[in-house]
Amino acid sequence: MRYTLSKVGLLLLTLWAAVTLNFLLPRLMPGSPADAAIAKLAQNGPVSPSTRAAIEAQLGVPTGSAWDQYLQYLNNVVHFDFGVSYTFFPQSVASLVATALPWTLVLVGFVTIVAFIFGTLLGVLAAWKRGSWLDTLPTVGGTFASAFPYFWTALLLLFFLGYVAGWFPTSGAYSSSATPDFSVAFLLDALYHSILPATTILITSLGGWILGMRSTMINTLGDDYVTFAEANGLHPRTVAIRYAARNAILPNLTSFGLALGGVVGGSLLVERVFNYPGVGYLLYTAVVNQDFPLMQALFLIITISVLLANFIVDILYGILDPRTRR
Amino acid sequence: MTPTRTIIPPTSIVKTMSPGDHAGTANPLRVLWRAFATIWSVPKARIGVAMLGVFVLVAIFAPLLAPYAATDNSFGRSEDMSAAHWLGTTAAGQDVLSQLIYGARVSVFVGFVAGLLSTIIAVLIGLSWGYLRGFAGEVINFIVNLFLVIPALPLMIVIAAYLQNGGIGMIVLVVVITGWAWGARVLRSQTQSLRSRDFVTAAIFSGESPSRIVFREILPNMTSLIVGSFFGASTAAILAEAGLEFLGLGDSTTVSWGTMLFWAQNSNALLTGQWVLLFAPGLCISLLATSMSLINFGVDGLSNPRLREGAKR
Repeated sequence: MRYTLSKVGLLLLTLWAAVTLNFLLPRLMPGSPADAAIAKLAQNGPVSPSTRAAIEAQLGVPTGSAWDQYLQYLNNVVHFDFGVSYTFFPQSVASLVATALPWTLVLVGFVTIVAFIFGTLLGVLAAWKRGSWLDTLPTVGGTFASAFPYFWTALLLLFFLGYVAGWFPTSGAYSSSATPDFSVAFLLDALYHSILPATTILITSLGGWILGMRSTMINTLGDDYVTFAEANGLHPRTVAIRYAARNAILPNLTSFGLALGGVVGGSLLVERVFNYPGVGYLLYTAVVNQDFPLMQALFLIITISVLLANFIVDILYGILDPRTRR
Repeated sequence: MTPTRTIIPPTSIVKTMSPGDHAGTANPLRVLWRAFATIWSVPKARIGVAMLGVFVLVAIFAPLLAPYAATDNSFGRSEDMSAAHWLGTTAAGQDVLSQLIYGARVSVFVGFVAGLLSTIIAVLIGLSWGYLRGFAGEVINFIVNLFLVIPALPLMIVIAAYLQNGGIGMIVLVVVITGWAWGARVLRSQTQSLRSRDFVTAAIFSGESPSRIVFREILPNMTSLIVGSFFGASTAAILAEAGLEFLGLGDSTTVSWGTMLFWAQNSNALLTGQWVLLFAPGLCISLLATSMSLINFGVDGLSNPRLREGAKR
């Protein structure tokens, strides 16, 4: 209980820090984002004083003290009020984020869990059969594949399997003729469109799990209780799985949270390549169009998602390892 | 080793007990040579060193190696491979091979500079933080964990979007801001475990100043971790630089592997079937990043002789 409470406290503190960083970022930058945004709007025609005031209010051009602005900003964040997008005017930023978020959550969440399971299994195998081809192939392949830039893997798969072979759709998350609902036909269509992006993330993130699990597993294989189990004449497979692997998974789980940030970052690039309508593609659109309110909100949402995932892993760790609860 | 002496002055205890210090302050070149030989003795690392060496040489001698100037756009557009253009030409009429060769300069430069700066910050923060105790340590702990957990690429994208059209300098800055925390954490935990060792206690009793203890006694024992975090940070920097440029967040007129892929996607090289244009720059990025990961296999032996290849426990 104390463990959970301290983790909740840490989560709240980290959330506050992330929200504050999001408040400070545009204010620390040279020049004024509001000026840049107004200059962009002015290309289409004269900017009325009321529009100007609205933009300045959104981007935090000083009206009142910094402290008042900060309180106002915190109030807006708590109410999910992130203002109006420039690019998709008059849609609110909150509704745009709400449409994009499920695509990324399902894609990244599902692939990460699959990669974690497969990577851990391959890592166990590599450590157990150390020195054989079962070790060399995943280790060398994993090292090489984790050095692939996400967007490059995506471009290659898109080119060879999408354009040349024509096996998979080349863009979007569902056919342009389909309307999003929960019918079987639509879900199958969405699944079909997600295969290439999912494979890209899987290929690039699998190596890290293999290497991480392999090295912790090799450490546990050297521990005394493993030697003791071997001396007792237990079957090598029992020793490897019930004794060594079970204890090696925990340290690997801690790196799960930290690796997640990298996977999320990579998936942003993957979404750009496949025009996948998730958070990453929206962020790209926001950046290209200098849509600062949308960009700030997306950064905040992405950060909060990663923080929450880390929190879940921490709580899970506490349940799996009784020592942490003391 | 001085087993015959009976009375050992504290300073020489320190010297004999810190394993990384065997070369002493003798000759920097000899120290470097020994470090190189240690890494070279590991087969995987040897391949990595050779690969990295090729990339560095290509970057340095790019003007001699490239058949044309990188920005020369006087050739036919989107040409296939030919004797005149081994890898074809881009949609803007530039020679792909020349761009590839000149592109090595940006990646190698960003990798080394950003890796070095991140490592310097990581060493300064990691070591002093590991040596400090109390409230200050807790505050740094929170800040470092925050930087670790905030997804780096989105943060880089946001900062780069505010600092519009910055060149390579901006990219290095953004990569360093987001890249130092990992090394700092690894170095801190090692500092914490080393500070309770006998040779540190001996140094404290012999009246050495905290900064001297941290940087002259503890630091040499962490050579492998520091070199390791340098290569780790460089790899991350190279991948991040390519990613940012691919999104068009750098200066898109710079010739680098990232901008080559940016132009390839934006000129629809996918539709014209110019697979080399997509394949070659990404392969170079991956190979450069792989070479550094491979070198890291050999780095473990630097400050712990027992981990060197061939040395049995």
